[in-house]
Amino acid sequence: MSEVLQQPQYHQDGDSAQAGETLLQIRGLEKHFPLSGDFLEQLRFEGGRLKRRQEFVHAINGVDIDVKRGETLCVVGESGCGKSTVARMVMGLLSPSAGEIRYDGQRIDDLNPRQLLPYRRRMQMIFQNPYASLNPRMSIQQTLEEPLRFHHPDWSRQQILDKIGEVMASVGIDPEWGKRFGHEFSGGQRQRIAIARALAVEPEFIVADEPISALDVSIQAQVLNLLMDAQEAHHLTYLFITHDLAVVEHFGTRVVVMYLGRVCEVAETRTLFDRPRHPYTQALMSAIPRLEDDGPDHIKLPGEVPTPVNLPSGCVFHGRCPHANDRCRHEIPQLIEAQGSQVACHAVEEGRI
Amino acid sequence: MALLEVSNLDVRFALRQGEVKALRDVSFTLDRGERLGIVGESGAGKSVAAFTILNLIAKPGYIADGSIRFDGRELTTMKPRQLQQIRGNKISMIFQDPMMTLNPVLTIGEQMIECLKAHRRIRSRDAREIALNKLRQVYIPSPERRLDQYPHELSGGMRQRIIIAIALLLDPDVIVADEPTTALDVTIQAEIMELLLELCEKHNVALILITHDLGVVSQVTQRTLVMYAGRVIEQGPTREIINDAQHPYTQGLINALPQMATPGQRLNQIPGSMPSLANTPPGCAFHPRCSFSDDANGERRRDCREVIPTFVRSGNCDVACHMVRELVESRPSESDASDDNSHKHREAL
Amino acid sequence: MTTASTSSKAPSRLARFRSSYLLYSFKRDWIAQVCFAVFVALVLAAILAPWLSPMNPYDLAQIRILDSELPPFWIDGSDPQYLLGTDAQGRDLLSTILYGARVSLIIGFGAVILQALLGVTFGLLAGYLGGRVDAFLMRMADIQLSFSTLMVAIIVGAVIKASFGGAIYSEYAVFILVLIIGLAEWPQYARTVRASVLAERSKEYVDAARVMGFRAKRIMFRHILPNTLSPIFVISTVQIANAIISEAALSFLGLGMPETQPSLGSLIKSGFDYLQSGSWWITLIPGGVLVVLVLVINLLGDWLRDVMNPRLYKG
Repeated sequence: MSEVLQQPQYHQDGDSAQAGETLLQIRGLEKHFPLSGDFLEQLRFEGGRLKRRQEFVHAINGVDIDVKRGETLCVVGESGCGKSTVARMVMGLLSPSAGEIRYDGQRIDDLNPRQLLPYRRRMQMIFQNPYASLNPRMSIQQTLEEPLRFHHPDWSRQQILDKIGEVMASVGIDPEWGKRFGHEFSGGQRQRIAIARALAVEPEFIVADEPISALDVSIQAQVLNLLMDAQEAHHLTYLFITHDLAVVEHFGTRVVVMYLGRVCEVAETRTLFDRPRHPYTQALMSAIPRLEDDGPDHIKLPGEVPTPVNLPSGCVFHGRCPHANDRCRHEIPQLIEAQGSQVACHAVEEGRI
Repeated sequence: MALLEVSNLDVRFALRQGEVKALRDVSFTLDRGERLGIVGESGAGKSVAAFTILNLIAKPGYIADGSIRFDGRELTTMKPRQLQQIRGNKISMIFQDPMMTLNPVLTIGEQMIECLKAHRRIRSRDAREIALNKLRQVYIPSPERRLDQYPHELSGGMRQRIIIAIALLLDPDVIVADEPTTALDVTIQAEIMELLLELCEKHNVALILITHDLGVVSQVTQRTLVMYAGRVIEQGPTREIINDAQHPYTQGLINALPQMATPGQRLNQIPGSMPSLANTPPGCAFHPRCSFSDDANGERRRDCREVIPTFVRSGNCDVACHMVRELVESRPSESDASDDNSHKHREAL
Repeated sequence: MTTASTSSKAPSRLARFRSSYLLYSFKRDWIAQVCFAVFVALVLAAILAPWLSPMNPYDLAQIRILDSELPPFWIDGSDPQYLLGTDAQGRDLLSTILYGARVSLIIGFGAVILQALLGVTFGLLAGYLGGRVDAFLMRMADIQLSFSTLMVAIIVGAVIKASFGGAIYSEYAVFILVLIIGLAEWPQYARTVRASVLAERSKEYVDAARVMGFRAKRIMFRHILPNTLSPIFVISTVQIANAIISEAALSFLGLGMPETQPSLGSLIKSGFDYLQSGSWWITLIPGGVLVVLVLVINLLGDWLRDVMNPRLYKG
């Protein structure tokens, strides 16, 4: 009911916005970072001839993700899986090597900065490190004022000050503290200010890249509650990047599990935790230390995470998977439907597990 | 006699804005082969406690009071040369970030051999043998190759294993591990904790594990200390602290975990944040955030506001809390009523 | 919920400065205090030269050739109206030193301002935009560095004198020298700023600014530049000292300030020939002033560098 009352304020175009439709669509996303330095460094003398050798870090290798309006989609994975890279590409901080990103039906990955401007208001981001996400040389008020002036050049000074006060109070920071600088606040408070900055322009979609990982446990709870409150109050859609599965279980609507730049499994939260299908997901679930445990008891994965420079052939996980067969070594698995989840695994497809 | 006895330790930092008390009246013991966890959030003083045991606190920090007895010998008054024999040799330390602990310009072998030679008179060849042995104990594949590799050529998990191997080189009696898995992925973390557990059990090495992660502590340690604003506020068997925490802060900490809340509902949060060590409230440092520090009229209890709580034994745990003290002292007898009362005070929550 | 502080009013700029580490450290370091005092004294003396000096060394009418080579006041044979003695032409040495210091300081500061403007701009562009812009600007910096300042000064000086004559050169000598020294040393600033920018660019507040839609120019100047100021201040002190010395060296070689507008360097040069004949004060006193000036600037720079060393900030 409250959705109907609030809606017109938050959507600039497309009055047909309803919960459940796809807001963000990622198809075939790929990103390769060149490792070999500039042109001169790439030239090598091999076999008597001058050759150009290029090495890449294959950070993302074909990712498809849908984010539905109103949901909290969590992307989980360990370091090197590419989840942060996906977040940065969605926000336009990096450009994809291949693939498409569509927002509200419009392709946004190939727009120039001027065309992208209207989307900047609708899509915002919260970062991991509260100590680096505020400019040390700007006061809080300046930090919050600048985006408002930029996106609302017609607002009066008083309107801006009012908005700043409102948004600071909504995240639990005393508006009187606007003249202070970032280093005078604790980590949790800085993260609140970063959230205030994101909320100030009234976005509809927020990408949160590990927003609570750098905080203490009791502060994590506060900030997470704040994010949940904000979602309810402003009908936000979250793309939530994290490695903390406990948070995912509590907060997420659906979960995407990534490994080495590919999606292993996509499922509703409850389904993922009750019945993880992909072998990597199963190993991940078993590795979380739970309070009830008396001793570590987890599925051990042999080997190490391979380097994203030389990707394994076929399924990226085959080197460490207890169920790998020959097909796994040669053929890249695609996401298939399997009892409520989508899984990219030959063994699941073949019914072996 | 306990292997390590810390009594009334008081560590202060002389900063230009005044003197900051980083550790206040901290006492605990560690027996041979025992695994102790020190839990707390940032600013609680747990890392300072770890560094102090090895007397690694440098200016402007200093030990203002208290004693640290290791194997009967007093560490706070030892000369640097005597301390050198203990550090690395009998008590070794594992730090949080393996990349920062290993010297990037030396090979693994060079670092391990250097460590051995600093404490023992042995030939390089023998040192290399011992190093290989320890690498095998931490299950590093192809150890001979690793000795000649540089830290940046190895993954995070491997580096941490090597750090553990280095910590074990001289067969220490105690390993102090300061957040050893915080920088690692969850699957690697599980492996490292399992490894530490196995090694400590097999070689009867005592472990002091410092962390903010209650899950890790519950898996590995036998006893736990909970620290807040430079003091120990609760200590006891890990199982009991996790299942039946008595101090309001510990309860709040456990309840704040996402796994303790119903999915979709708000998490149970502790209001406010830990006070900075330069500015702790008088009396019980936790009282401004504590929901039990109010008396019948809704006002802050005087003892919570003014008196620093001392330890009271409740069950198998020692708790520094006025409210818990009241409950314990009001029990008619120790044996049967104790279960009754612990239910009562949990219902009161 | 707010961090421990009884008043909710934010401290003013003055209050922040008063409680800053800079001031605290300054109060405890007597060397810094002495150097700063000497530096301020020299700068003030130079600025107030027209009022402080007993006579005007540029006024030919005031020079008495008969009073040449008089020693300073503590030696026999001196004349009390010439405190530090006179030079070979009868000019009061104290006055010439005051005016000379003025010229040296003007060139020193002027050159550094030019260097800083160019260097900071190029450093920002190179660091933030990266890629080809970075490569091009850094190669230009390398090329610039491979030219010795003296060589450039010789060439430029010779060309201007040949094209426009000595008189024009004399009139614009200060500007020409500021230009030469300024253009010679911008790579120092550019490199320092570029390194800072590279470090800042990876921080999340820059990402936040990009995500907000701000353009590159705003991010570079409004967001990143204020955070690169510390290293700029530190190298500025050294650069001022270097500029003063460069100018002194050029003048000593006869390629800098002309005789009519002496700086400390040309004073040293003009007195050099008289060293043998016993009138050591003509060279050594200006030389001493130059040494002291450069020394205090360098010592202040050292202190500043230590103070501004990035320290761990705990909340």
